[in-house]
Amino acid sequence: MKTLSAYIIGFVFSIVLTLAAFGLVERHLTTDHIFPTHGVAVSVLVVLAVVQLLVQLLLFLHIDKESKPRWNLAALVFALLIVAILVGGTLWIMRNLSHGQMQEPLDIFTEENIFPTHSD
Amino acid sequence: MTTKEHPSKNSGHVQEDKAVFGFWVYLMSDCVLFAGLFATYAVLQGATFGGAAIHEIVNLPFVLTETIILLTSSFTVGLALLATHHHKKILALLALAVTLILGLTFLVMEVQEFAHLIAEGNGPSRSAFLSSFFTLLGTHGLHVFFGSVWMLVLMTHIVFKGLIQGTTRKLMCMSLFWHFLDIIWIFIFTIVYLFGALAP
Repeated sequence: MKTLSAYIIGFVFSIVLTLAAFGLVERHLTTDHIFPTHGVAVSVLVVLAVVQLLVQLLLFLHIDKESKPRWNLAALVFALLIVAILVGGTLWIMRNLSHGQMQEPLDIFTEENIFPTHSD
Repeated sequence: MTTKEHPSKNSGHVQEDKAVFGFWVYLMSDCVLFAGLFATYAVLQGATFGGAAIHEIVNLPFVLTETIILLTSSFTVGLALLATHHHKKILALLALAVTLILGLTFLVMEVQEFAHLIAEGNGPSRSAFLSSFFTLLGTHGLHVFFGSVWMLVLMTHIVFKGLIQGTTRKLMCMSLFWHFLDIIWIFIFTIVYLFGALAP
């Protein structure tokens, strides 16, 4: 049901999750390093973002209140599959590509690579 | 009489559902567009070409304010839809007006951020990283701009025609669009700004 309480709960949750992600990063940068590695930090922030995605899908977009057959949900799942293939595939291929060049990922576009100074 | 009324009423609902579903399919394809931009950004993030890197241009408190503004506007557009369901015209208009103001405030802040970056010599042509940064954020900002124009048109429609049949469907599509932009922004906030601030 599209009730006022659903919107209020969704709003409060969204704000809390946003402030939590911001607060963690801010504390990590200013006072103590609360994340042991970069990977842990990225994982925690991704989890917070995905939880917020689910909160908004349920409480703002009411994806669970759709009557059967659930075509909206089907379209969403298909879109998420394409997104996963597109983003995951891109990162995978580009990482392999830069690895094949014996360089750090993303280092192929540096100034020296594009305008080599040692031409002679 | 009831048998005569029922099918027409039912087909009206089906029509409405179909329109909203069609719009939903558009949103999902828009999702794929943004996925492409996110992937491009992720690949080019380190390609700074001697220019500013992401952690040098992030202003977290500023971006947090933008995020809170957009989140609040997503909430108020939901209130507008709720008011329309209860046939409260003034309340719906009020909620839409608040949403529009918040949306425009977000846009002004984003333009300020862009102008600041360009003035410092960190425009989109500076490096591959900045090109992808401006493309991703600019595409989202453009969506917010067209969403605001749409909202203005809808408000005019409600002012002059009231909450007539079909208004709910229009508002439903617009609110889906607005919520969708908010979700995209959550990922921009996380992937571009928070990851950027943490970048080694």
